[in-house]
Amino acid sequence: MTAPAIPAAPIHARRPWVVHSILPGFGLSLGITLAYLGAIVVLPLVALAIRPWELGLDGVWRALTAPRVAAALRLSFGLSALAALLNAPLGMLLAWTLTRYEFPGRRILDALVDLPFALPTAVAGIALTAIYAPNGPLGSLAAKLGLKTAYSPLGIFIALVFIGLPFVVRSLQPVLQELDREVEEAATTLGANALQRAVRVILPALAPALISGISLAFARAVGEYGSVVFIAGNLPGKTEIAPLLIVIKLEQYDYAGAAAVGLAMVVISFGSLAAINWLQLLLARRGKA
Amino acid sequence: MTTPHLSRRSVMAAAAALPLLTGRALAEAKTVTLLNVSYDPTRELYKDINAAFASYWKSKTGQALDIKQSHGGSGKQARAVIDGLQADVVTLALAGDIDEIAERAKLLPPNWQSRLPNNSTPYTSTIVFLVRKGNPKGVRDWADLVKPGVGVITPNPKTSGGARWAYLAAYAYGLKLGGPGPAKDYIARLFKNVPVLGAGARDATTTFAQRNIGDVLLSWENEAFLTIDEFGPNFDIVYPSSSILAEPPVALLDKNVDRHNTRAAATGYLNFLYSPLAQDIIGKHHFRPREAKAAAKYAAGFKQVSMVTVDQAFGGWKKASAVHFADGGLFDQIYKPT
Repeated sequence: MTAPAIPAAPIHARRPWVVHSILPGFGLSLGITLAYLGAIVVLPLVALAIRPWELGLDGVWRALTAPRVAAALRLSFGLSALAALLNAPLGMLLAWTLTRYEFPGRRILDALVDLPFALPTAVAGIALTAIYAPNGPLGSLAAKLGLKTAYSPLGIFIALVFIGLPFVVRSLQPVLQELDREVEEAATTLGANALQRAVRVILPALAPALISGISLAFARAVGEYGSVVFIAGNLPGKTEIAPLLIVIKLEQYDYAGAAAVGLAMVVISFGSLAAINWLQLLLARRGKA
Repeated sequence: MTTPHLSRRSVMAAAAALPLLTGRALAEAKTVTLLNVSYDPTRELYKDINAAFASYWKSKTGQALDIKQSHGGSGKQARAVIDGLQADVVTLALAGDIDEIAERAKLLPPNWQSRLPNNSTPYTSTIVFLVRKGNPKGVRDWADLVKPGVGVITPNPKTSGGARWAYLAAYAYGLKLGGPGPAKDYIARLFKNVPVLGAGARDATTTFAQRNIGDVLLSWENEAFLTIDEFGPNFDIVYPSSSILAEPPVALLDKNVDRHNTRAAATGYLNFLYSPLAQDIIGKHHFRPREAKAAAKYAAGFKQVSMVTVDQAFGGWKKASAVHFADGGLFDQIYKPT
């Protein structure tokens, strides 16, 4: 038996991977998108990826496993993750307060959340250092409790929490605003108590936004330089963050070594962001099922 | 940092775009712009010197000068010049940084340091201790810096020229304790007492003076005087028994001045630094003048201490950098986690 005659294929079927859209202008907009991303994102990354190899594979490995570099990478990524995790519950609380309640001064508080965004990072660093230095108002208080804030890893942590906060709050706010109150009301009528409503109704709806907020805060913290160098103390192996180490290597004309650390940061960041995205996808799929 | 090449371009563009103009505009178009790329603690010094030289040059040649200055950590400034910052002259904290410019960007010949008197260093300085008023921890000499409970503030020698001089001064003291072994041990104990490593001299001064961290600041001599001028009588200067003769050099960048057509003015500028007038300004700003008369005038302000030189004690900057500050060098070794 012969198959029924197939009508002549339309032109675009020659490119079966293109899903035909009824919107015109696909070719042009995709072209611009690719050119723009290529020039702005891919090209510099390629340059970064090429540079370290003039040291040879062996040299790159030695540069990255040097105790000082390893310590800086551990410090940067570890503290960034901790700061993002602290910002998750607190950012959620802030977003909840700012969207669900109406009270005088709410708009001012709302605007304050953006401040860490808008402030030049150096200004933030100097301000935080002034407050948390042993002779500053909060620093002296902490010193009485036997805590060292500025010029210790705790100081770096504080700076990273500071700059990460808006990312979590701003990711959650629109979702909270759009969340249908009727769903919560329905849950109440079905006999759910406050805790059950929060955990089983609201949290699952917020989860994807929360995760993307956390990952943004984490990514920003990893690359943060300006505010941290003021408060860190910058002791090699103790409070020296990876971006500072890159700057120090550059000042010693060690361009390849600096690029090696930079490349390692890109790879680790990319890996963690991919993992977070995957988690998000998993959650979204479970939500649909 | 400023972007002086932009303004140079805009001056030229303005001159090219408006050919129909009055005599005044023509005179302005003839203004020569010089860029002096310098290190951190010379801001105030070169502000005064630039004004003095501009009026001297105007009266001598009739040419109006616009001298721009850029300041930052010495290593960072050298790197900016290598990467293309269009400096006509550099006045940096140590010869090693200008060597890097000669070697990597080839903007000046390798023998640059022999082209001007006194190793191309129109003034000297040294490293002193700045302590809190009344010297509560009783810090008198290098040996006191490694005592438990004494906090020492110094910038990171990897990024700060001043900190390299301070490090070498400390190491030279350590050598007197019995050679390289005890010297390394001394340096390691010294940096155990350093709670904060700033990126540059100003950074460290702020940590010490404003944040109240530490008991001793290892400081450029002029920066120590400046801190007392700035923050009043909260501090005392202590001269250790020995220190290092810091020679911050100056150099003309041949390739850049030829490109900008500024060789005459730039050469005049560097020679002017050795003139009695400039030497007097140098003394006023607490740098040690080379010229005898200015040196005598300001001698009372400077205590004479025995000073080693980098050439004597370390065999020159090249060797000192390779042994102490290169990756894996002595400075890295003392920070190895134990």
